[in-house]
Amino acid sequence: MPPAIEADGLVKRFGATTALAGASLSAAEGTVLGVLGPNGAGKTTATRVLATLLAPDEGRAVVGGHDVITEPHRVRSLIGLTGQYAGVDEALTGTENLVLIARLLGQGRAAAKARAADLLGQFGLGDAAGRAARTYSGGMRRRLDLAASLVGRPRILFLDEPTTGLDPASRNELWGMVRRLTDDGVTVLLTTQYLEEADQLADDIVVIDRGAVVATGTPDDLKARAGAAVLQMRPTDAGQVAVVTRIAAELAGATPTVDQDTVSVPAGDDGLMPAVVRRLDDVGVRLAELTLRRATLDEVFLALTGRRAVDESSTDSDSTTDRELV
Amino acid sequence: MTLDRTVAGPPATDLPAVPAPRSRRATPAQWASQSLTMAWRSLVQIKHNPSELLDLSIQPIMFVLLFTFVFGGAIGGSTDAYLQFSLGGLIAQNALFLTVYTATGLATDLQKGTFDRFRSLPIARSAPLSGRIMGDVVRQLWSLVVLLAVGVALGFRITTSPLAVLAAFGLLVAFTVAFSWTSVLLGVLARDPEKVQIYGFTVLFPLTFASNAFAPTQTMPDWLQAWVSINPVTRLADALRGLLVGGPVAANAVATLLWGVAFAAVFGPLAVWALRTRV
Repeated sequence: MPPAIEADGLVKRFGATTALAGASLSAAEGTVLGVLGPNGAGKTTATRVLATLLAPDEGRAVVGGHDVITEPHRVRSLIGLTGQYAGVDEALTGTENLVLIARLLGQGRAAAKARAADLLGQFGLGDAAGRAARTYSGGMRRRLDLAASLVGRPRILFLDEPTTGLDPASRNELWGMVRRLTDDGVTVLLTTQYLEEADQLADDIVVIDRGAVVATGTPDDLKARAGAAVLQMRPTDAGQVAVVTRIAAELAGATPTVDQDTVSVPAGDDGLMPAVVRRLDDVGVRLAELTLRRATLDEVFLALTGRRAVDESSTDSDSTTDRELV
Repeated sequence: MTLDRTVAGPPATDLPAVPAPRSRRATPAQWASQSLTMAWRSLVQIKHNPSELLDLSIQPIMFVLLFTFVFGGAIGGSTDAYLQFSLGGLIAQNALFLTVYTATGLATDLQKGTFDRFRSLPIARSAPLSGRIMGDVVRQLWSLVVLLAVGVALGFRITTSPLAVLAAFGLLVAFTVAFSWTSVLLGVLARDPEKVQIYGFTVLFPLTFASNAFAPTQTMPDWLQAWVSINPVTRLADALRGLLVGGPVAANAVATLLWGVAFAAVFGPLAVWALRTRV
């Protein structure tokens, strides 16, 4: 079966900025493809090209068997899009927002209302159906936006950073909804800045940076390569940092980073922490701090690409560029 | 189990409401239906925000009252005589001011991502714009009726026929729809709905006041008279006066429509180009 989403060598420039520099990706029908990358990496641009909102300068993309450039109308009849900035009309009620989409898609008045009520119920917005969307919380707005993208029962769904800015509870709720959709066979392309999110939802992940794909694989592949967790150790005696670094390197089989007195090392498996603790105890090193935490995107990038994803100073300007240009 | 449904192909039988993947493009009938749905969307907002209706009414009422009672005697000799002269001008000015709504709404849609949502749907490309303009025409008509009603309450007398009044409505709508293209361009370029108002009124105040909408041309300096005589607001105001209280119509109406064609011809393509570039 051909992939539901396939992009080959996508290039998109905005003036001097290259948002996509030959990105290729592919998602099999009924799977979730996670597109992971920092702000300004080109995730939104890629989504917009695939959702027919933006024509690429080079390369081609086929969505649901139709070329996004030559057959955009057919692609649009198969897809749903939920953007980073919820595209609901805040002056309209939840019901009206969904009825609007249903009517635009050619549904009759009664069918549109029924579809709206059904979706609002599914998304826990039944009680708020008659309220203007501007009175909704961030999580409710995002759910309404997702519901709006589902009105036409899309076979392929694009979710552009659907949980950015959501609190953990709302995020978990949204994850549950995405899982239910994929259970129904919908193909999902999800962009995210969070490794955890990609890990939770995606069957396959492409990591992109500066408009190009820097790594692809299943979440397990990438975790195995990058380390899903990081073990952080700070010896009580700063003079023992070198010893800690050497032992961490030996046991983890990876190069630790040292920031002031804290040594961080990718933790590939659960056995690393007890092993490190035992060995340090044997050689008489006392730890003031010992933490096992999830790897940040930056650390994944470092592990996968050998360089940092984005430095702090450029993060803001990059995200501005992303918003303004993309 | 559920996976089979999608693997088997597009919408299964339990999904009757949704048409199968559509043909290449929207038909004219679909375009009309989609535009009307968009117009509904633009107008249903008033239901939740009734104060908008007040906005649409207060400004014209205020202008009629201020101009009639503050300037009326000085400019027109008496408030009654002035109202007969100025109401056509007030209608023209108010109509142009209202086109800013189109820009504000569009800028909001672009900023909030609503426009992207519409563009991702298999609908006519122009439906979001045409629907918005249709909705704004209804706002225009509402405001026009309020203006006329207030005018009549203050002593304005329509001395022509109902047909002429209808023609006035038609001319006003035709011109403002054409003029809306400037507003579409503004909405796309402004990026921020808050700025739309500032930019809009920066252009519209001089455009509408440097006309004969509120004062006869004779006392103005020559250079200004030269502009005022060709200003579309002057021609529109004169045409409306002709249609409401009598006087020459044809030349002014033709000039107004030609201006409309010119606005649409220049700003239409510019606005479409800006929109394509922007999104």
